[in-house]
Amino acid sequence: MTTTIYSAAKIITMNPSRPEATHVAVRDGRILGVGTLEELAGWGDHELDDRFADKVLMPGLIEGHAHTMEGALWNFTYVGWFDRMDPDGKTWDGLKSIDDVVARLSEVEAAMDDPDAPLLGWGLDPIYMDNVRMTRADLDRVSSTRPVGIQHASGHILNVNTKALELAGMLKTGHNHPGIPLGADGLPTGELKSPEIMLPVGKYVGMDRAFLASDEQGLINYGRLCVRAGVTTSSDLGAQLTDEITAMFKRVTGAPDYPACIAAFRIAMGLSPKDLVEQVTALKEQSTDRLELGRIKVVSDGSIQGFSARLRWPGYYNGAPNGMWYIAPEQLREIYTLALKAGIQVHTHTNGDEATQLCIDTLEAALRDAPDRDHRFTLQHCQLASQEQFRKMARLGMGVNLFANHHYYWGDEHYRLTVGPERAERMNACRSALDEGVIMAIHSDAPVTPLGPLFTAWAAVTRLTASGRVQGEAQKITVAEALYAITMGAAVTMKMDHLIGSIEAGKRADFAVLEEDPTAVDPMALKDVPVWGTVQGGRVFAASGI
Amino acid sequence: MDLPVTIIGGYLGAGKTSLVNHLLRHNEGQRLAVLVNEFGDLPIDADLIEAEEDGLISISGGCVCCAFGSDLIGALEDVLAMDPRPDHLLIEASGVALPASIATTTGLMAGMRSDAMLVLADADQIRRNAANPYLADTIERQLGQADMVLLTKLDLVTEDERADVTAWLKERAPRTRLLPVTRGEVPITAVLGSIPLPARGHRPGGGAHGLFESLVMEPGHPLDAAALAEALAKEPGVTRAKGFVPTSEGMMLIHVVGNRCQTEPASEVRAPAVVCIGLKGEFDADRVREAFDRCALARQA
Repeated sequence: MTTTIYSAAKIITMNPSRPEATHVAVRDGRILGVGTLEELAGWGDHELDDRFADKVLMPGLIEGHAHTMEGALWNFTYVGWFDRMDPDGKTWDGLKSIDDVVARLSEVEAAMDDPDAPLLGWGLDPIYMDNVRMTRADLDRVSSTRPVGIQHASGHILNVNTKALELAGMLKTGHNHPGIPLGADGLPTGELKSPEIMLPVGKYVGMDRAFLASDEQGLINYGRLCVRAGVTTSSDLGAQLTDEITAMFKRVTGAPDYPACIAAFRIAMGLSPKDLVEQVTALKEQSTDRLELGRIKVVSDGSIQGFSARLRWPGYYNGAPNGMWYIAPEQLREIYTLALKAGIQVHTHTNGDEATQLCIDTLEAALRDAPDRDHRFTLQHCQLASQEQFRKMARLGMGVNLFANHHYYWGDEHYRLTVGPERAERMNACRSALDEGVIMAIHSDAPVTPLGPLFTAWAAVTRLTASGRVQGEAQKITVAEALYAITMGAAVTMKMDHLIGSIEAGKRADFAVLEEDPTAVDPMALKDVPVWGTVQGGRVFAASGI
Repeated sequence: MDLPVTIIGGYLGAGKTSLVNHLLRHNEGQRLAVLVNEFGDLPIDADLIEAEEDGLISISGGCVCCAFGSDLIGALEDVLAMDPRPDHLLIEASGVALPASIATTTGLMAGMRSDAMLVLADADQIRRNAANPYLADTIERQLGQADMVLLTKLDLVTEDERADVTAWLKERAPRTRLLPVTRGEVPITAVLGSIPLPARGHRPGGGAHGLFESLVMEPGHPLDAAALAEALAKEPGVTRAKGFVPTSEGMMLIHVVGNRCQTEPASEVRAPAVVCIGLKGEFDADRVREAFDRCALARQA
């Protein structure tokens, strides 16, 4: 029974009774105490470890909405606009033109052995390139003999080359669908819009089952990304969790050096509500220290930038028809009721405010059948929720996890095109949520945007968009509130606040180890606070050695 | 020939599962593959199930059923890889799915052909669901996308209600064929079409019983297949027509579902025969014969 006392330049605890300290004692992977060296010495024999003497410790950061497939995406070529760090710690420069994108893919192509293997890029976002339209001619410059594709950052568009269209049997005239733009020759331009069109073609460019499923190496890589971002616990918000996948998650996270705890939510697809709740109840029993099981993720609508989110009147700013339901109200009601009765937590994806309202109404009704004083059913994204919706959510005991990163990456698009200025200014309304007393987290939805809670906190504090405008001054939150959201806030929404989220006696020894004090830097520099690494369950992980 | 795919849409409780079970039970020699959105309270009647393994249910008569959940593409690939290949694929969509989105996907799958979108409407519930503000536009879009609307659960409504709901549906989908159905009982030939399957000893046209009437045409001389398909699609009494048509460029296969028609070259040698089906009282055999006459190509001298 070894006790290690770490000294630090500063420890930010998130425990209001003792908000700051200089030392933290760790025993058996848990926090024995926080305070001064003298106070902690009272616990008896210990080793003093000074390696963090010039670092700032925070509670391990918690990503409340991400997908571990972020780790697997790095098997493919990143071609996005923004600089992005891979699991090895290499930063890939953002690409600023189609020529840059073609050049990077060509470089990868030249090093490929199998002449028929597909080449897949990801993360393209032409909205930052004056909405230039990529065509198959562009990608034919990469290769005319192997299938080449690029998935856009939004996830709603796939560009492919001529070879891929040929393989998919689509290189012909006569297509009549708005998601398949045609060139002057009557043939598809290679741009494929909306999932129902992307998916049948996707498999020819490498978006096959393996790409879509969780894979072992991807999960390992995801853990490495967590260390680089200061994350010690991350959700995986929506996995199939078949026996096979659950076994793989257990095996990978059970390795002695796996650096994060993954809270894997079972997605509500392919099972009836009754079977779903039964299966998740059984899964809950299988939880380990680094694999939290027993929660459900439901998807209620689509996305705002894909115009598939369900909006209340007056709908989309550009007049697009309302989006789609991904679940019928009666099924949602059944899942909620059964889950409440079983004590299983449900997090529900809503993007549009009509979807949010449906979830609020449905939960209110389900709670009459199955009262639960502390369900913490949480709405994920919930991007368009209004003040009165937050008020109602608070009164019903609901949580929210707002998509602060989205505001930065797509806020300009929402202002201009999808929901218009007024509603864009109150999208991801952190201020309203906190003012109304809703338990709140903020998230990246990695791989939709990069994993990095300090960036996410920065986005919620500054409300800057990619073009540099402050959009929604009134919805800014303070640095302290944002740091709470990426630690305790996330822990509370996942019902893990008894385990993690703060540095105090009894909790897991999970720390983010930072090079600077995020409460002391200019808020504009919050995203740039360097992460040294993490301590997870008392184990030390340096980003430089991961 | 590409595998024909029929999407079965409609809101919860419209009778999609009953219809699927009825078609499986009365498959009339067709090997059906069925994809359901989820395995709920067993989507398939227990007495039809022969075996269940790895999420695939084997059903008597060589039919199969599996759930696709979040991986429709993977499930479609599995169906295409089945040996022997099914004759027809049915996809039971979720209650809020838009059938046209699924049809777009199946239409782009190499080896598949989107054959028809059937949307079921519960005679007792459809207007109530369409008045629900959360559902109204979804229900209307589903109906608007249908090649054929099957009006189900007619045994639960009075004659007056039946007339009202029929008028209501005709207002929303004026050109769409409307088939009345009770307890999911509709002949497979009326919804999936019928083609001669001599290898399995099946007689063309059989089974269009009860409310339906059918006519088998066996054209002995070349026709304009595209014109014939369009003529039959415009014929309000015809809900379904399917079969082999001799043309000046060889044998063509035509498919007519409601207003929609498609033609494709026949990949195997078959005797000319087209099975036309419609509701009794609406189906006009003389007009169908006339359509065939009009589309006959001028005999070469």
